[in-house]
Amino acid sequence: MVSKPHGGRLVDRVVGEPRRARLLKEAKEMVSLAVSDGIAADIANIAHGVYSPLEGFLTQEDYVRVLDDMRLSNDVPWTIPIVVDVDPEEIAGVREGDEVALEYRGETIAIMKVEEIYGWDKKEFCQKVFKTVDARHPGVVKTMNRKELLMGGPIELLKDPPEPFENVRLWPKETRVLFRERGWRTVVGFQTRNVPHRGHEYVQKAALTFADGLFINPLVGWKKPGDFRDEVIVAAYRALIDNYFPKESVVFAVLRMEMRYAGPREAIHHAIVRKNFGCTHFIVGRDHAGVGGFYGPYEAWDIFREFPDLGIQPMFIREAFYCEKCGGIVNEKICPHGDEFRKRISGTKLRELIRNRREVPQWMMRPEVVKVVLSFENPFVE
Amino acid sequence: MSSLSEKVAVYISRDLYEKLRKLAEEGGFSDINEFVEFVLREVASASEVDMSKEDEEKVKERLRALGYI
Repeated sequence: MVSKPHGGRLVDRVVGEPRRARLLKEAKEMVSLAVSDGIAADIANIAHGVYSPLEGFLTQEDYVRVLDDMRLSNDVPWTIPIVVDVDPEEIAGVREGDEVALEYRGETIAIMKVEEIYGWDKKEFCQKVFKTVDARHPGVVKTMNRKELLMGGPIELLKDPPEPFENVRLWPKETRVLFRERGWRTVVGFQTRNVPHRGHEYVQKAALTFADGLFINPLVGWKKPGDFRDEVIVAAYRALIDNYFPKESVVFAVLRMEMRYAGPREAIHHAIVRKNFGCTHFIVGRDHAGVGGFYGPYEAWDIFREFPDLGIQPMFIREAFYCEKCGGIVNEKICPHGDEFRKRISGTKLRELIRNRREVPQWMMRPEVVKVVLSFENPFVE
Repeated sequence: MSSLSEKVAVYISRDLYEKLRKLAEEGGFSDINEFVEFVLREVASASEVDMSKEDEEKVKERLRALGYI
């Protein structure tokens, strides 16, 4: 049986007809707030159960508990505050208990019942979530630029935000049916924001050896400059799966969710999200959700010890490299040879080769994947 | 953590208690209370998605159309 939803119940805040038509009409009389790409994605993720058990944006009690203890006020593990920020002037006249319309690209996508409006200390948020207030951290920069107040309360989704990758986007209720249809009892989730190199493939296949199925679930949405563009990631994975995976053992679907680059805390968040998709196991790699040396290479592994009640099993797989003596991709646990034989698969080096359109060795990346990546004029986020 | 005043006592046999205490320790739980609460919460929660047959058929239709099944 696949994992139970986090907190016990898969949240569904998607409004069906005829209520939807009524709420859309009522929304015209409400204060309307324009939301960013990231918040629109969070709204959809809440409504479709990706963030179960959240039914809306955090109220203050949950917000404080998440910051201080990495748990919701009912003790359920939760590490990344899911919040909506507003300026005082845009919610002038809105009182606690009111409903507001949440608008994305000019269309009302959701209704939010405002349970609380509260202030926040952005520096405290950064220190606790990112473990730094250093302005070189992309999550810190983003947070410090957010608005002055937070609004907490449940949401109801009236319309999904547009999704360019709709044909490879699945929601938890769909993956749960799919995993069951395939007869999978154990499913390992793989989080990524990169095009796949041989190290990723090694890790995925090592995990798949012990599970019935592999769920490759790359994030699409805002990423920092220099990261691969979403369409490149999707195309590259298609090439890898088509050529190197037994199709009946893999499900590939994207998830629109912003990277926070919060290292260990985000590793737990990524695991919770995949648990909601039905995964029983989750691969935690080297420097998971890290950025620029802000976290130790295996710091994300340690944090899992604080959550014995997470309800999804982490799989800690060491970084893979190519060993000339072994003649293949291995990791330090299974390779006895010295550094002189080992070639590290560096993401930075790979990006440099691709950027300069130079030859990428086969031990680093499959030629079919390289070909697809190079077919894009500029594969990187500007 | 919920405060103690919000908790209730449940009586179980000493043998079972000892077994659970050992499992809690091996599982990395801070104490037996945390472990028992976790296990019971898991048992009490719904195991599958609440979905009508009609909704499930719609999901399967979409999965088929996208080539997943």
